[in-house]
Amino acid sequence: MPGPGIQAKIPCPCRVGKDDPGPGGAAMKLNERSLAFYATCDTPVDNSGFLYKKGGRHAAYHRRWFVLRGNMLFYFEDRASREPVGVIILEGCTVELVEAAEEFAFAVRFAGARARTYVLAAENQAAMEGWVKALSRASFDYLRLVVRELEQQLAAVRAGDCAPPPRRAPALAPKENGCACAVWSAEPPAPGPAPGPAPGPAPGPAPGPGPAGAASRPRPGPPPPLPPRRRVSEPNGPLHAASFVRLHQQYGQEVRALRSRWLRSRAQP
Amino acid sequence: MRYNEKELQALSRQPAELAAELGMRGPKKGSVLKRRLVKLVVNFLFYFRTDEAEPVGALLLERCRITQEEPSGFSICFMEDPERKYHFECCSEEQCQEWMGALRRASYEFMRRSLIFYRNEIQKMTGKDPLEQFGISEEARFQLGGLKA
Repeated sequence: MPGPGIQAKIPCPCRVGKDDPGPGGAAMKLNERSLAFYATCDTPVDNSGFLYKKGGRHAAYHRRWFVLRGNMLFYFEDRASREPVGVIILEGCTVELVEAAEEFAFAVRFAGARARTYVLAAENQAAMEGWVKALSRASFDYLRLVVRELEQQLAAVRAGDCAPPPRRAPALAPKENGCACAVWSAEPPAPGPAPGPAPGPAPGPAPGPGPAGAASRPRPGPPPPLPPRRRVSEPNGPLHAASFVRLHQQYGQEVRALRSRWLRSRAQP
Repeated sequence: MRYNEKELQALSRQPAELAAELGMRGPKKGSVLKRRLVKLVVNFLFYFRTDEAEPVGALLLERCRITQEEPSGFSICFMEDPERKYHFECCSEEQCQEWMGALRRASYEFMRRSLIFYRNEIQKMTGKDPLEQFGISEEARFQLGGLKA
């Protein structure tokens, strides 16, 4: 068992040689350099502050500078350090208050046999509560749940807003519906590569300065979600020409309405 | 950098967003293409030897760029060193597109931007903040202003 102050982990010198297979039973490779850059990049952090971290079961507490980014909790020797000492990957953890000799203590606990529990202590009650709240909602899973929920809510709100139009003579310009896909996938006038979800480096909807030295260009946010799927009244029945035209008009109307709303919202600062 | 390897290994056993056997080539010069079971779980890409239960390695998918290479391949590179590329070969262009789309959506930062976008849209249309029901409307990480670098 490693001595006090040393984290329990598989000691393996081959961890440093990232692309070598190493001797039998090599430790898992991880893009640690990228992790270190993620830890110190200039995008806003989700939480930061000094916490005391217990070294091991019978070890002393060490004061470290903690930075929460996404589902990664990095810790540094001190605030000015350029590289983290370590990181706690928070996926699948629970956060709870603990009885400890140290005041304002809480634990980040993982499931499984022989799983490590990280005991941390804040410097006051408010800080402790802030950390417990932030860490318990830090997982990617949680965020994904919220995003999916909002996606559905937005679709529902939009569906409720678009009543089907009264019947009228079909006078649609063919390209209006023909480019329905293009309306959703075409990126608005900002310069940028292929449309679709933006990859990691882009700073987000507000075209601001990207991270230093980045080749990414200012890019608006993700394209709006597609209009909600509609269940055709006769899914297996014959689709008559008349009802098709009606659907055609209805969708075209919806697309135009949603599109103009989207363009209006983008025009706002 | 220390990290909780056991938990990362446990994560590699969780249900995947996407998993397939792909050809994979590391970033080092002279790397050979190898068959790997590649598995996307949250914002990590795990890769296994095809007959092993423990992953050979993992890539955290933050601040990375996914680029198409030839019709059915793609590469992942990281912002701090764009020349260092991990190459993947799929069996078809469709599979390639599927992976590229999934990987681009797999970062925490992408999720966060999506959340802010939807929140903003819903707020505009309904006048209500949808995050209030979750009790997270005040969190700094979900504010629009937080997007400006």
